This record gives sequence, C-alpha cells and structure tokens, in this order.
Amino acid sequence: MPVLEIKNLHVSTADKEIVKGVSLTINTGEVHAIMGPNGTGKSTLAKAIAGHPDYAITSGDVLIDGASILELESDERARAGIFLAFQYPSEIPGVSIANFLRAALQARMAEGEEIDASAYYKRLYAKMDLLQMDRKFTARAVNDGFSGGEKKRSEILQMAMLEPRFALMDETDSGLDIDALRIVADGVNHLRGPNLGVLLITHYQRLLGYIVPDHVHVMIDGRIVKSGDKSLALELESRGYDWVKQELVSA
Amino acid sequence: MSDLSETLDTAVENPVTGIDQSSGNFQYDIKYDFDAGTGLNEQTVDYISAVKKEQPWLRDFRQNALRTFQARPMPTHWATKDLNNIDFSKIRYYLSQGQKPKRTWDEVPDDIKKTFERLGIPEQERKFLAGVEAQFDSEAAYSNIKEAVAKQGVIFMNSTEGLREHPEIFRKFFGKVIPTGDNKFSALNSAVFSGGSFIYVPPGVKVSHPLQAYFRINAENFGQFERTLIICDEGAELTYMEGCTAPKFSTATLHSAVVELVALKGAKIQYITVQNWSSNVFNLVTKRGLAHEEAEIKWIDCNIGSRLTMKYPGVILKGRKARGEVISIALANDGQHQDTGAKMIHAADETTSTVVSKSISVGQGRATYRGVVHIPRHLRGCKNNTECDALLINSNSRTDTYPAITVRGDRHAVQHEASVSKVSAEQIFYMQQRGLTEGQAMSLSVNGFINDLARQFPMEYSVELKRLIDLEMEGSVG
Repeated sequence: MPVLEIKNLHVSTADKEIVKGVSLTINTGEVHAIMGPNGTGKSTLAKAIAGHPDYAITSGDVLIDGASILELESDERARAGIFLAFQYPSEIPGVSIANFLRAALQARMAEGEEIDASAYYKRLYAKMDLLQMDRKFTARAVNDGFSGGEKKRSEILQMAMLEPRFALMDETDSGLDIDALRIVADGVNHLRGPNLGVLLITHYQRLLGYIVPDHVHVMIDGRIVKSGDKSLALELESRGYDWVKQELVSA
Repeated sequence: MSDLSETLDTAVENPVTGIDQSSGNFQYDIKYDFDAGTGLNEQTVDYISAVKKEQPWLRDFRQNALRTFQARPMPTHWATKDLNNIDFSKIRYYLSQGQKPKRTWDEVPDDIKKTFERLGIPEQERKFLAGVEAQFDSEAAYSNIKEAVAKQGVIFMNSTEGLREHPEIFRKFFGKVIPTGDNKFSALNSAVFSGGSFIYVPPGVKVSHPLQAYFRINAENFGQFERTLIICDEGAELTYMEGCTAPKFSTATLHSAVVELVALKGAKIQYITVQNWSSNVFNLVTKRGLAHEEAEIKWIDCNIGSRLTMKYPGVILKGRKARGEVISIALANDGQHQDTGAKMIHAADETTSTVVSKSISVGQGRATYRGVVHIPRHLRGCKNNTECDALLINSNSRTDTYPAITVRGDRHAVQHEASVSKVSAEQIFYMQQRGLTEGQAMSLSVNGFINDLARQFPMEYSVELKRLIDLEMEGSVG
C-alpha cells in the first residue's frame, strides 16, 4: 500500500522558519485532517511538499514508498502522485479546462504516445457527471473569472481526472457557502477510496462534518501538538484551540 | 474598373517570346559581363533590370528608387539604433538561379535541423528552407491551384511574370499604395525587387480557397526583396497566405519586402503572414492596402524570430464605409526585437478600423507596438478600436507601446486599450503542480494569451503556430 511519509520536516520562507519539525505518515485509503489557527504553518507544509519554489525545506524528508521526493521538481512530484488542491488557484487566461487537463494528462505519457481524444472526453464527461457539473464548464478558461465555489469545483475535477495517490487539500472549504461546501465535500467523498490518501487542511471544523476524517491533527506554531480520531475535531469545535495551547504550556 | 482592359499607351513587347518557359528553368542566352556581386550602385540596378529584361520605364523606376534610398537617412531618430549595423555594401542584391549559394546539409546548424524534425517539415522542403536547395519542386501543387483559379479569370503568378504578361494592370497599381519614397526600405525594395506574387481577381469573383505562397516555394518567393501586388476588383474576395512556420535559415541578413493591396469597391482581401526568420535577419517590410468604398482589408500578421523586425501593416480607408483590420502576433525571444504595429489612415466618412496586437517577450526579448491612427477633421462617423496586449515571460523582458492616435473633429468614436501582463511564478507553479514541465507550462500560458487571435488563422497554420510556440518556450527555460 503506497505511503507518504513526512519526517521531522522544517520549512522556511523568506528566511523565517514556519514549519518546525512535522512528522506524519499517510497511507492511501486514509483521510487525515490538519487543523489549527491561522498562521500556524498548515498551508506552508502543503506547499513545501508540493515543491513550491518559495518554500525551502531546511531539514527533514518527504518520502513516497520510502523514496525521498525532495530532489524532484514540482512537476515530477505531481507526476509521482502528489496533488495540491490550491486555496487560491491561479487563473490561466485563454486555456480551457478541457485543454489544460488534456495537457496535464499528456505530460504523464511516454514520449511519442498521444492521448486518445475521444476516450479522454468520455472520461472527462463521466467525472463531471459524477461531480454534477455542467459540461459547458470545461470550455471556460481555467479559473478565469470563476467564483470562489467554481474555483474549488475546478480543483476537485482536476483531482478526479489526474487520479493522484496523495491529495493535499489546502483550505478547500474557505470562501464557500454551505451549498458549495456540500458539493465539494460530496466530490471528495466520491474520490475517497483505497487508492487515495488525503491530507485535509482546514481551520474550520464544519468541513469535517461532511468529510469525516480517519485522523485529526492539531498544528500550532509549526508543530503538530495533538493527534486523535474524528472525536478530536468535535472537541475542538466545542472548546476552541485555547485549551490545546494551555495543555502545551503546562506540559 | 472598366479602363483596366485598356492597355497602356506604351505597348509592351513580351520579352520572353520564343523562350520555352514550361520547363521552369530556362536559360538566358545573353552572357552578362557584369556580376551583381555585393554592394549596391547604379550598375547593380541596371544588372537586375537587364537580367529580367525589363522595359525602360521600369529601369528608370528602379534607378530613381536607388537615388531615393541613398538620399534617405536611417530612421533612427525614432527607430532602434540597431539599424545602423546593417552593412549595405556586404549584401547581395540579386542572385540569379545559377549563383545561389550552395550549402551542404551538414553545414546546417543542428538546432535548425531539430526544429524541422519537430515541426514535421517534409524532407524535401527542409533542404530548401535550409538553403541547401535553391528550388523546391512544388510545381504540381502550384499549377493545380493556378489552373483552378484561372477558370474564374484569376491571375496568379510571380511579379516578374506579372510585369511581362499583364503590364496594363500591373503598372496601373504598382507603387501607388506604397510610393517609392514612403520610407528608406520601400525605396530599397523598389530599386532591387525580385520575386513576390502578382494576383488579380476579376469583379465579383470570390476565390473560395486561400491562395498560398507556401505552395510556390522557390528561391524568388523567399527572396530578400520580394514585391507583391494584389488587386481585387469590385466585389471580389480573396484570402492570401504567405510564409510558413518553419524557420528560414538564411545567410542573407536583410529582408525587405513591399506588399501592396488594392481592394476596389466592395472587395475583400485577407492577407495572412506567418514568418519565422532565423535570428540573424533584419526583417524590414512595408505592407499597405488601399480600401475603396465598402471594401475590406484585413492583415493577419504573425512574426516570430529575426534579429529585428519592423513591420506596420496599414490600410488607407479611401472610400466611404471602408473597413480595415490588423491582427498582429509577435514573439520576441532572446536577442530579438519585434517592432510591429499598424497604420490606419482614415480618408473617407464612416470608415472603420480595428487593431488587435498581442506581443510576447521572452528572456531578453523586446517587443514594441507602434501604431498610427489618423482621422482628419473634415470626416464624420469614423471608428477605430485599438487593443494592444503584451505578455512578459521573464522579469528582464521588455515591452513598449507607442500608439499615435490623431483624431480631429468630434464626430468619431475611438477606443484604445493596452495591457501588460506577466506569466507569474505562481501561475507556473500551479501548472507544474498538475504535472506540466516548466517549458510546457510557459507555452500553455503563451498559447492561451494568443488563443483568441490564433483561432482566426487557418487550421493548419494555427496548429503549426502552437507547435512553434512550444518549441520557442522549451528553449527559453534553463
């Protein structure tokens, strides 16, 4: 079973250490949630794993099935099975979702191999039906003029098409109204299964009412300070983060 | 255009009578004791005129143009100083077939060969494009087209033939849209021009298929100083395409063409260019159309490569309700300067012009938009819409915009929009995170940027254009 291991990871950006030693093991089939107040390094962790050039890993390691991915470029990491669902996805004017995904899939094929266009569209439309998306959606330029909800749905569609082994979902619930949240959560639940490991980053508990995690971790000041099962999320919901912080101080 | 059928008062004797032209490679029986060689003077011009067996009026025209060229200073008071690096004394102004420089396939640089391969250019064409073969035998394809359009009365031939066989049409329009003295390089072309196309479409004839210079690849067409003249008579319609996306590897460092279009009442001309010069070429081209009443002229111009391109396709809107349009795409890579734009001269009421320009600067590349829109006071109801967008790929890329819009009077509608955008690191990361390499991500951004314009190209051209951008962007990342 594929496994993503994060070992004592330290990450800096602009010479400031943000992630200060995080260790986490995610098996496919599992959904892990990382919760915590704003500014504790959750998004930094996700971007560093995906290979964002602004985030420097100063020590520690990230491994897929025992092999370090730190020497890989971000696109190589993506092709190795890492998918980052962005909190703020970029706009790509003039490039339709259909063409973008086609290029992304083509990039995964061997030199000289061509994607089968009719099979591609068949699969794309099947995924869109699954996610209850209008087919006209794919003719629009990627994220160009999209509402917050449309951007997140576009991320989920891309995830469905690219079939990663590990999905890092960065604040996927932010900026969504309750209907959009439900649609996005339904999408993730459809994709959930034995071949996918999910790291769900959120500072609200409400998402976890729709996507029930197997493991919940609390991140404060660059470290995971508490781990538990889904009941930890409920406890955080009723008591806030302060009691975790107090525990930390008294420990 | 009733007077077109009248021959000009100076009856023209066909100088090629008695020479078998069907072989396509006929020899002149006169031995010339003067070799044009390099450099430019009166003798060079006389030589060219003599080789082509031209009439005295044309020789005088050339000599007069030479004097204009020599008298004119370089336009460096507004244009780049790089023009001063052209050494006119080291250029060959005319090469007859026998004098074509011979180069073996082994001498062609590897990156050019690789590009041919990636673009899927047929073997035989590769050799021509690389300058290994002077002649590409596409006569079969060419004569089919020529025959098909000839049935509609369309004249389609090279300009040398046009001058010989249809002087009554040629002379009437030649040099009228772009006079010799228009600029230094139009004067140069007028002095030494050779090759290019001549097309006449009779009244009401709509040519259904685009005529392509591509099918007529031969040394003259791809020459340095080609001269093209296209006339669409009343109500006629034509689409013409020139160039190809394969890089033209040339030892000639100066290319200076003149293209004149005339659209008579209600006629429509669309002229499409896709050019990809090798990076040692100065590409200094003058292109202009004259649109009569209710006529329409549209330039679609795509410039990739070259060291310096200066090209501002224009339309003179001479008749009421005439329409002019320029669609321009320019890509400037490292060491290249694309100085392109459009000229719209409104000279009648209710004329409309549109300019859409998109430029991409990569690495140290520099793209300049230069435009002129002129609407005088005495007219009314004129409209212009200009939109120029620039995309910068790297932080050291450069783009400039020099729009000169002169609108007098208050009965016109003019709009100008300009934007500069940059492919952000965040955008590239986003695409890389989906599995695209950095080069693929950049070329996708660039293709997205020009997508709405590329769709106006004929299918095969837009596909080639996309592949070409892929190649350009691939080379631009470390």
